[in-house]
Amino acid sequence: MELKKIHSHLAGIAASRRMLPVLLVGGFFLSLALPRLDWVDSYVQLIIMYIGINVILSASLNLVNGYMGEFSVGHAGFMAIGAYTASVLTVSVFPPGAAGLFFPLAVAAGGAAAGAVGLVVAFPSFKTRGDYLAIVTLAFGMIVKSIIENIEWVGGPRGFIGMEKLTTLPWVFVWTVFSLWVIRNLVYSRYGRGILSIREDEIASDLMGVNTREIKVIAFVISSFFAGIAGGLFAHLLQFINPRCFDILKSTDILIMVYLGGIGSIGGSILGAGIYTVLLEVLRPMGIWRMVIMPLMLVLLMIYRPYGIMGLREFRWFVPGVDLEGLHRPDKKGKSKTDALAG
Amino acid sequence: MFYIIQQTLNALQLGSIYALIALGYTMVYGILTMINFAHGDLFMVGAFLCFVAATFFHMSFIPALLLSILGTALLGVVIEKFAYKPLRQAPRVSAIITALGVGIFLENFTLALNPYPRFIPPLVCNLTWTFGELSFSLLQVMIITLSVILMLLLDFTVRRTMVGMAMRAISWDKSVAPLMGIPVNRIISATFAIGTGLGGAAGMMYGLAYPVIDPYMGIMVGWKAFISAVVGGIGNIRGAMIGGFILGAVEILVAAFFPSTYRDFVAFALLLVLLIFRPHGILGKPHAQKV
Repeated sequence: MELKKIHSHLAGIAASRRMLPVLLVGGFFLSLALPRLDWVDSYVQLIIMYIGINVILSASLNLVNGYMGEFSVGHAGFMAIGAYTASVLTVSVFPPGAAGLFFPLAVAAGGAAAGAVGLVVAFPSFKTRGDYLAIVTLAFGMIVKSIIENIEWVGGPRGFIGMEKLTTLPWVFVWTVFSLWVIRNLVYSRYGRGILSIREDEIASDLMGVNTREIKVIAFVISSFFAGIAGGLFAHLLQFINPRCFDILKSTDILIMVYLGGIGSIGGSILGAGIYTVLLEVLRPMGIWRMVIMPLMLVLLMIYRPYGIMGLREFRWFVPGVDLEGLHRPDKKGKSKTDALAG
Repeated sequence: MFYIIQQTLNALQLGSIYALIALGYTMVYGILTMINFAHGDLFMVGAFLCFVAATFFHMSFIPALLLSILGTALLGVVIEKFAYKPLRQAPRVSAIITALGVGIFLENFTLALNPYPRFIPPLVCNLTWTFGELSFSLLQVMIITLSVILMLLLDFTVRRTMVGMAMRAISWDKSVAPLMGIPVNRIISATFAIGTGLGGAAGMMYGLAYPVIDPYMGIMVGWKAFISAVVGGIGNIRGAMIGGFILGAVEILVAAFFPSTYRDFVAFALLLVLLIFRPHGILGKPHAQKV
C-alpha cells in the first residue's frame, strides 16, 4: 500500500519532468517574444535579465561554497575577468558591424579566460583549507581589481565603455539554462559525488580513493568559468564597467544570494538570486535604508535558518531519480519491475 | 639617511594602526576560531565616534579617545551577544556570513545617518619638530607611543592576569575550559570588548592622522589589518603586532618606489606568496588535522 503511494508520487514527478522540454522551449520563445510584445516594460525586462545573470553567479558559486563546502569570496574577480575579456573582444577585436554575431563567442571567451585564471588560482590555494582559502580568494579579488585599475588601455580606474547592448533576454535565458544544466549534471555525476564527499569529510573521501585535489580544481575552474560568462553578459547589459563594479561588495552580494537561497542546492540558487534581486528593486524607494535592512535580514536568516531557504534540499525536478518509465514497462514475464520490488 | 628615518617613522605610524586593528581580528579568532569580518567597520565606528565627540561635544583628546574605545567596545559586545552567540553551534560559514552582514549593516547605517565624508578637527596641537630634512609631528609620536602602550597593556593582560589566562584556556580547548570553572560567555564578551576597543582606538588615531573619514573607510583598512593578522599567524597576538608593522613597512616602501596605485596590489600579493610558503603565518604554529 505504502509502496503504491510512493510509486504514484514518483510517477507524478516523472510526468512533471516530462514537461521540462516544453517549459524550456516555451521559456525561450517567451524570452524572444517579451521584448517585441508590449506586455512588460523594459525596466521589468532589465530586472529579469539581472535575475538570470545573478542565477548564473550564485549557482556557480554554490558549486564551490555549497556543494564542496569551501569558502571562496573572490567570485567577483572572476566575473571581472570575464567582463573585461568579453568587452575588449566585442569592442576592439571583432569586426564592429558583426559584434552581435560574435557575441556568444566573446562571452564564451570571457568564461574561458576566467576559467584559466581560476586554474592558476586553484593550484596554490587548495594547498590551504578553510579560512585560508577564503583569504586567498579574497586577496585574488583585490589583486584583479588592482591590476585592472593599473591597465591604462582598458580605462584603468575610469572604466571601460563602448560595448553595444548585446545582452538580450533570449541570450540570458540560453546562458542561464546552459549553466544550470552543466552544473546540475556535474553535481549528479561521479565527479559531483566526489565534490559532495569533500564537503562531508575530506579526509574520509581521500581514504576512499577520491582524488580530492583534482576534483577541487575541476569544481573551482567550472565555477570561475561561469562567473566569467556572467561577467560578459553583465558588461554587455550595463554597457559600462569599471573595476569598482567587481569589488568585494559584489562578491558579498553573490555570497548573500547563495546563502539566502540555500547551500548545496541549485533550486536554492535560483530562489536566492531571484528573491535578492527583486527585493533590492522593491525596496528601492527606501533609498539607502534598504542597504541597512538587507544585511539585517541576512543576519536574522543566518541565525534562524543557517543553511538558507532551500539549504541542502533540492527541487525534485533537478534530482535524477529512478528511471520510472523503465519501472513501468512490463518485462517478458508480464510483471512490471515494481511488482518485483513489492515482493 | 634622513629620508630613511622619515619613512621609518611613517611606516611605524601606519603599522601601529594596522597592528591595533589586527589584534582584534586575531583575538576573536583565537577564542572563537571565527573571522570577525565586521571588525574593519567597528574601526570606522571608532573614527566616527571621535568625530562626534570632537565636533558636537568639543571634547579634548583623552575624553574623545575614551569615548571611542568604550563606545566601540560596547558595540562589539552587543554585536557578539545578538549576532554571533546564537551561531556558536552553527556551521562556521554561517558565522562568517553573519559577520559580513553585520559589517555591511554598520557601513550603510552610518551612511544613512551621515551621507557625507567628514572632517575630524585636530585634537592634538599641530606641533612639528624639524631636524634638517627630517620632520615629525606630535601626532605621529603620540600615535606610535599610544599604540605601543596599548599593545604592551594587552600583552600583559593576556599573559599575566586571570582574564588573560582564561582567554588562553578557552582558545586552547573550548570544551574543557568551562569544566575548570571558566565563565566562557563572560570571557568571550571581554575578548570582544578588548579587541573592538583597540580597533576603536585605531579608528580614532587613523581619523586624526588622515582626517577625512567616510563610512566605507573601514573596508580597505580592515582587510589590510586582517592580512597583517594572517601574516603574523592568525590567533597569535604577538604575531598580529609584527604583521601590522611588516605590512605598514611594505606599504610605505612600495609607495616610495612605485606609483601608489600599486600599493594594494603589493599588499595582497605579499599575502598570497606568504600563504603559499608559510600558510600558518610567521608566528603561527602548524597543526595537523586529527581524525
